[in-house]
Amino acid sequence: MGRYVIRRLLQFVPTVLGTMFLLHYLTSVGIQFSANPVRALFGERAPSEQLLQNVAERVGLGDPCLERKGDPCLGLFADRLEGIFLHFDFGVNLRMRPVTELMADALPYTLRLVLIAIVFEGVVGIIAGVLAALRNGGFVDYLVKTSTVAVIAVPSFVLGFVIREFVGVRFGNVLRGSGLPDWVATGLFSPGFKPDYPWATLVIPGMVLGAVSLAATARLTRTSLLENIRSDYVRTAKAKGLGQKRVIGVHALRNSLIPVVTFLGVDLGNLMGGAVITETIFNVPGLGRLVVGAARSGEATVVIGVVTFLVLVYMLASLLVDLLYAVLDPRIRYE
Amino acid sequence: MATELSASAATEMTVEAFGGVPGADASAPPLEVADLQVEFRTRAGVAHAVNGVSFHLDAGETLAILGESGCGKSVTAQAIMGILDSPPGFVTGGEVRYRGVDLLKLPENKRREVRANQIAMIFQDALSALNPVFTVGFQLAELFRVHRGTSRRDGLQRAVELLDMVRIPAAAQRVRDYPHQFSGGMRQRVMIAMALALDPEVLIADEPTTALDVTVQAQIMSLLAELQRERNMSMILITHDMGVVADVADRIAVMYAGRVVEEALVHDIYARPSHPYTKALLESVPRLDQKGNQLSVIKGLPPNLTAIPPGCPFHPRCRYVQDNCRQPPVPPRYDVAHRHISACHYWPEVRGDE
Amino acid sequence: MSDIGAARAEVSQVPTTTGGMPEAEAPEQRERSASLWADARRQLMRSPVFLIASGYILIVISMALLPFLWTRKDPRACDVVFARQGPSAEHWFGTSIVGCDYYAHAIYGARTSLIIAVCATAGVTLLGGVLGMVAGFYGGWVDTIISRVIDIFLALPFLLGAIVFLTVIKIRNVLTVTIVIVVLAWPVIARIMRGSVLASKHLDYVQAAKALGATNTRLMFKHIMPNAVAPVVVYATILLGTFVAAEATLTFLGVGLQAPAVTWGVMITQHEALFLQHPGLLLFPAGLLFGTVLSFILMGDALRDALDPRLR
Repeated sequence: MGRYVIRRLLQFVPTVLGTMFLLHYLTSVGIQFSANPVRALFGERAPSEQLLQNVAERVGLGDPCLERKGDPCLGLFADRLEGIFLHFDFGVNLRMRPVTELMADALPYTLRLVLIAIVFEGVVGIIAGVLAALRNGGFVDYLVKTSTVAVIAVPSFVLGFVIREFVGVRFGNVLRGSGLPDWVATGLFSPGFKPDYPWATLVIPGMVLGAVSLAATARLTRTSLLENIRSDYVRTAKAKGLGQKRVIGVHALRNSLIPVVTFLGVDLGNLMGGAVITETIFNVPGLGRLVVGAARSGEATVVIGVVTFLVLVYMLASLLVDLLYAVLDPRIRYE
Repeated sequence: MATELSASAATEMTVEAFGGVPGADASAPPLEVADLQVEFRTRAGVAHAVNGVSFHLDAGETLAILGESGCGKSVTAQAIMGILDSPPGFVTGGEVRYRGVDLLKLPENKRREVRANQIAMIFQDALSALNPVFTVGFQLAELFRVHRGTSRRDGLQRAVELLDMVRIPAAAQRVRDYPHQFSGGMRQRVMIAMALALDPEVLIADEPTTALDVTVQAQIMSLLAELQRERNMSMILITHDMGVVADVADRIAVMYAGRVVEEALVHDIYARPSHPYTKALLESVPRLDQKGNQLSVIKGLPPNLTAIPPGCPFHPRCRYVQDNCRQPPVPPRYDVAHRHISACHYWPEVRGDE
Repeated sequence: MSDIGAARAEVSQVPTTTGGMPEAEAPEQRERSASLWADARRQLMRSPVFLIASGYILIVISMALLPFLWTRKDPRACDVVFARQGPSAEHWFGTSIVGCDYYAHAIYGARTSLIIAVCATAGVTLLGGVLGMVAGFYGGWVDTIISRVIDIFLALPFLLGAIVFLTVIKIRNVLTVTIVIVVLAWPVIARIMRGSVLASKHLDYVQAAKALGATNTRLMFKHIMPNAVAPVVVYATILLGTFVAAEATLTFLGVGLQAPAVTWGVMITQHEALFLQHPGLLLFPAGLLFGTVLSFILMGDALRDALDPRLR
């Protein structure tokens, strides 16, 4: 096990550097082939080269390599890495406010949202998948199969929007007239985030965020369990005279959940992408809305900084999931 | 000794000894299969996997079931154990009697008690037959914990004893290892330990050595033979390898297309095979003194189980075939000699041919 | 990939195919070609789900290629005077927020959406397929490098990467969106192809061909590929749907194609605010989009079932 952990850690470092460089290269090439984002600050007015250069340097986009198309900008890359890992500096926005400040404000909301989504997707997804597999061919199975495909096919921004309108606005209005407690009518069924109810108003957005992943989790659990039920070791367990509950609940399930758990870890990346959409629709002041807002207003440095942070978080989570996988599957430990 | 006890005490003792299976009769053979029929309902049609298989097993004896892939031998074993994948498999007829009690008519919870306690099974590929995420100790101890209510610590203790019994070195350490950490032969020993844990009366071994190499094969077979002798346990050995059978079995039943086509004592089958299929099987074994000649094969393929030919199922490939072989009914079990039956209309000719 | 993308990865449960040698059936029965692809084709033709789904896709393709078959109106002939009218004989689905014929918009919108999806899928499959095949086949340090590169790309969530790139590049047209998708999504196919090739490499018939002196290219293309390519085909089908949705999502976020481009994503984004008064303006393009994505997924599912040797 120790050797596996060390190997994973050693693989982790170059991968992090590689991804950081990929992000860096994508953005540098993008800037090289279009205009320097700093220009957008000046709107219609054409600033002098000197002024442009000064402003650009102050926000970290002043390196002359950004003028040369195709230059990998290694100097800039080294500076950025130094900033991130030694000073925890993710850049500044065009008004010189540190991105880390902006992120600190936004982070708690995104964390809550993602937490709700993961719990929702994990619990409901696994239960639905198990039920569908156990009653294979039955009504529950059919229901799970069709509803999951439908949910996956609907683009999440459409799904989120429709739910917001029907559940948050229409249904919410109905509830707000009736005598239900406030946290339900105004909190739970709110069409958007309200600071008065920081958790309640995030429940539905969290569920929307987790919806597609839930569908995938349910399908994966179902397929995995169905496969394992037909495996040789389950036949042996039955031959040992073990009851159905133990055969499926202990033997089959333990093996079936391994790919599901690893999927939940990988899914974190999708949740981050999805959070961008969900926060925009439900007006949650989290990291996603921050990124979209910055993208719309051309604040390239903020976009780069926040995405870099999110990618680092995702890679850390992937590493933890990899280690967890070794705990769950003994065959991996001794590779 | 039984005569000295009162009748009710004797019955109780019997019931106790036979795992609470009501009506178990100590004088009946440990296993009797009568006209078993199993079919598989698939999209491509109904496959008749087992079509009237009958045999019995006495205490302490080894019956080998021999046949090609697809002849129904594994399905028979699974039907006896009650672990058929159902759907698509269904037992549609016949009886499986343990000590006189028809297991097929027992409720599932009683049937479950018979498994592992009275009749146990080991499988071909020990790597896939053992759960990869639990230790060997856990999987062994489980039997005691579930069937006998043993504590976790005692269960583990029993697991170590079992590993010792099947000659796995350093049992106390290895009990904490996972199946993939054992070699093929060791894994098969673990499976044997698991099957014999609760001291069953019958062991069904489904191709236990097919996945192992020859030297390991010999070790496993001799281990099985020794354990069987110690416990006076009956064994059904399912295989397609005739070399293994000769040393180990007392009787052989040859199966084809879901039927027993010949059954006899071991030496009789090798000396005087009385069914064309058996004869062809024996002839197809390569022999050193035939070096330089062409290998003899059985022409054709085993029948598609959804469309078994009428009459004798072997007739398309048989060199003794006559017209009436192609018509129904299926040849009955003819008595050929002492404890020797053959399902061929022309067995005298087959038997006489040398 | 985006949430949709990875969800689809699990939806498809990409199989690793093994074997695939043509087998002769028992002599008494008619000889049918039993190769993997022939069997799959037969099974697909009998699957109602597959037929309906591919029928829908064919309709959408005809909308893209031959829009004049579906409408005579010009989607850009817009007059604000006629804005937001309900369905009528003149405008079958009413008019948009700026007075264009909504039905015509939807028909022409199919074209852009499909072009992006098809080109992106082709690019991803080509790039990812080749790299995956090379990595799986040659092994060694080639494999190590390519696998590391795949890991690096996969660490970047699709939407985030797309937002970053499209923000700095500022030009939003079909080409840039397609390039972004290809650059970010090729690793998924590469990984599948690599796994598939690795599984096929050790099969006996490949070893046999090698022993008979087949060159590397011949081994790769004639022996390994027909088998290894099955999971890739399944996933590529699903990717077509994913990319249609992804393009619309990027438009919604403001980094994809924007008005006056004619796409379903633009239609949905522009008419969101009017949902409660004129729900049709949102539901019509959303429904078309949903139908397209769903059809591709169902086709991919059916393909996967047809190509999985274990389910036969």
